[in-house]
Amino acid sequence: MSEQTLKRVDLIFGEYSNEKYKVLANTLERTNEDILKDILESGLRGRGGAGFPTAMKWKFTAESPSDEKFVVCNADEGEPGTFKDREILLRVPRKVFSGMAICGRVIGANKGYMYLRGEYKFMVPELMKELEIYHEHMKLLGLNFPIEIRMGSGAYICGEESALFESMEGGRGEPRNKPPYPTTSGFMKKPTVINNVETFVNVLMIMRLGPDQYKKLGTTDSRGSKVFSVSGDTPIPGIYELELGMPLDRFVDEFGDGDTKAVQVGGASGFCVPRKKFKDTVIGFEGVPTGGSMMIFNSSRSMYNVLHNYLEFFEEESCGQCTPCRVGCQQLLKGIVAVKKGEKKAAYLDQLMKLSESMKITAKCGLGQSVANSFSSIVNNFKEEMIY
Amino acid sequence: MSKQINLTIDGISIAVDEGTTILEAARNLNIHIPTLCYHEDLCVAGNCRVCVVEQEKVKNLPASCATPAAEGMVIHTNSMKVRMARKHIVELLLSEHNADCTKCYKNGNCELQSLASQMLTGDHLFLDLVPDKKYTIDMFNTAIVKDDSRCIRCQRCVRTCEELQSVSALGVAYKGNKMKISTFFEHSLFEVVCTNCGQCVNRCPTGALIERNYIDQVWDAIYDPTKHVVVQTAPAVRVALGEALGMATGKIVTGKMVAALRRLGFTSVLDTDFTADLTIIEEGHELLSRLKRALVDKDPSVSLPMATSCSPGWIKFIEHTFPEYLPNLSTCKSPQQMFGALAKTYYAQKRKLNPKDIVSVSIMPCTAKKFEANRPEMRSSGYKDVDFVLTTRELGIMIKQAGLDFEELPEEKFDNFMGSSTGAAVIFGSTGGVMEAALRTAYEIVTGREVPFDGLNITPVRGTEGEVREATIKIEKVKPEWSFLEGVELKCAVANGLAHAKTLMQNVRDGKATYHFIEVMACPGGCLGGGGQPIPTNKEIRTKRKMAIYEEDMGMSVRKSHENPEIAEIYKDFLEKPLGHKSHELLHTHYTPRKRY
Repeated sequence: MSEQTLKRVDLIFGEYSNEKYKVLANTLERTNEDILKDILESGLRGRGGAGFPTAMKWKFTAESPSDEKFVVCNADEGEPGTFKDREILLRVPRKVFSGMAICGRVIGANKGYMYLRGEYKFMVPELMKELEIYHEHMKLLGLNFPIEIRMGSGAYICGEESALFESMEGGRGEPRNKPPYPTTSGFMKKPTVINNVETFVNVLMIMRLGPDQYKKLGTTDSRGSKVFSVSGDTPIPGIYELELGMPLDRFVDEFGDGDTKAVQVGGASGFCVPRKKFKDTVIGFEGVPTGGSMMIFNSSRSMYNVLHNYLEFFEEESCGQCTPCRVGCQQLLKGIVAVKKGEKKAAYLDQLMKLSESMKITAKCGLGQSVANSFSSIVNNFKEEMIY
Repeated sequence: MSKQINLTIDGISIAVDEGTTILEAARNLNIHIPTLCYHEDLCVAGNCRVCVVEQEKVKNLPASCATPAAEGMVIHTNSMKVRMARKHIVELLLSEHNADCTKCYKNGNCELQSLASQMLTGDHLFLDLVPDKKYTIDMFNTAIVKDDSRCIRCQRCVRTCEELQSVSALGVAYKGNKMKISTFFEHSLFEVVCTNCGQCVNRCPTGALIERNYIDQVWDAIYDPTKHVVVQTAPAVRVALGEALGMATGKIVTGKMVAALRRLGFTSVLDTDFTADLTIIEEGHELLSRLKRALVDKDPSVSLPMATSCSPGWIKFIEHTFPEYLPNLSTCKSPQQMFGALAKTYYAQKRKLNPKDIVSVSIMPCTAKKFEANRPEMRSSGYKDVDFVLTTRELGIMIKQAGLDFEELPEEKFDNFMGSSTGAAVIFGSTGGVMEAALRTAYEIVTGREVPFDGLNITPVRGTEGEVREATIKIEKVKPEWSFLEGVELKCAVANGLAHAKTLMQNVRDGKATYHFIEVMACPGGCLGGGGQPIPTNKEIRTKRKMAIYEEDMGMSVRKSHENPEIAEIYKDFLEKPLGHKSHELLHTHYTPRKRY
């Protein structure tokens, strides 16, 4: 990938086509098989961070027999350092709704929902206006796929898909056991496709450009582009759409302030990459995946404080349901404080490292399995900062 | 036959039905995977993660309780990864848990404790989190104590309250490090919809939910020479007490229990079954009188169906959930309360005792009875009808404290006075029992003949777990004074577990079903599965207790309440007639509508 350079892309935020919902209308004239084939061909993987192949998810849900199916757009953008869905929803909501409608047609869903982060309540009036236009155009097309907005209430865990369904159903936002997966039992225990905001936009862009042109972007494992939320010690924080599969050193060259010590890729639940590994780190599913968050730290930052901050966040935002995540986060936090204060020997960090390994493999949900990522990557790379 | 799934567990191949979990498959192979949040009676939660196992070619360790077996799976239940993870999880639970075991009521009977000893968690791998927490103990309730410092957040209680009982008094509050099991606005259990059924207590793996115990108060009364301590024992206790004392499940230990109570120092050992028979007489007449008023007098104010009122959990449930149906409840007190009222009146008179010197103790399979005994309306004798209610478990503890070798005790009989009973009273301990006992008597009052069922066994009304049982009994060739009942098809329904009681009441409310008489027991299986019974509980254990109850019924020489010789005597000497003035004063009660949260 070394020949890869940073390519600014303008797919996601690109202008709407002249005619409202034209791409959607054109797409809906095609057969489901045809649409699915294009998405499969494009190599699109989920943009929420986990990177499940979108076409497979849709295909499984389409094949699940049920009288009722749903499409849910996960707009509960809660990962610290991520703010790209906010921008997408503010600037190109039409593309999101179009992507959802295409999904609805392909899987045979009755209804679509957008689960919107509680803090994004301010954008509801604008979204409702756009939804009205969307519904009008669907009526013109003689199609019926209503989309409704459901509000979250500020719990980080509700970004986890099954906790999100629980929340939508009026329950407590706690992840469910898997299997069954949403493709067979999601919202209201019905087959459901749940995708990130950006994934739906990508689908629409594949429909507009065709898979061949889309595929030109990115690498074999990570096709297309990605919207990044760049923050921290950078002179140019903000939202950037970049090609996937870029090496991290190139990214730092462009966004760092010349004194970058580490980049936290993927938010608080992601991985911390230290300077010495920038060159060998690829941002993409073959390397370090991200839901969009890129936090840059320069040498003035204490990585102990960074980790302390993340662990405080998780200690509070774990749903509290399963033991490894609920108690593990408390132990990691209390543990690094004890080591820093000298109440525990430095070797206690090794004990905590073993614990973090157990947390990763035993927690009930994807979040619980990833809360220890920042701990292990920061402690591994900046151990001296933890102790002294 | 359902599809078979082949998998390998610890090197052993096994074929199981599709849908079987890894945990169940392992149990089929006698491989014991430890669990905490898992309970046979409840839906799978998969939140404690103690039961994780290693699956080859899969990075994460799946929870065996929540993961269905899949074709070709290769599972290791005791690999290095699994042992390390499991030990970590138990250590994490302990770090949040007030592990002051010697001061805990559940010491020696705690699933977390035994798991900790099994895992040898003496290492204190992690820091103690308990000092950072502001744990509270809810001690305001007269029946159940909730100690958050002992809670491991497995949510068994929450699932019990919601699924089995549809009460949802307990729920999860807050998240992350503050996550706890709580109630509506964190009120005391005393102030919310909790029915005190104690099913959560039966399923709590630790000492977080326990009965409020009155063991010391009872010992004090026994040791007080000025007190005359009478004890009554409920029907379901005698088929379960043995379990608390190391005996096999489903053993009938009536005689040994009586012997033990005498040795503990109770002045007289009496039987709640006596007042169970009395309940049948009163309740049977009440039903017939309601039917007469409805069918003959066409009195629109008569509330039918009439519902039984023996189960105090059910009483509090209906007070909260269907207050508009309170007139449908039989006004009869429960046998425990009838007994208490009579102990301080009839018994005191006969024995020439001052009622203030009598301490009335009851041994119940139930925690709700503790609340019932403390109801303000339960003082019709002029004194508190029942002073202390002990659960089966508490009696077990007292017997152990006294150093009695329970299994070696001789079989003794209840005292003569207020101690005789019938098979009809024994079956009060099982779901459908009150119904069956009432029918045995009411049918005979009306027709002069025994119920037309082989061996008096009215099997159609014998409740089963997990459903509302319905039965219709046709009344024919009645005595002249009951001519209005000729040809009437008496419609009955039986429910056990409050979730099913709710379904039953909703059907009644929505007009989907019409009945004359319904029996509801708050606990799964009836009193034999009560919240005060020995722990653990599951369907198999309850079935064995149920078989023992019906065995006890079959073994009784008198099996109809109205044939209990002491019943005739008490009406002659004291109560005069069923539903008479004195009955109303002492044996009947009223109910209070309560709020819905």
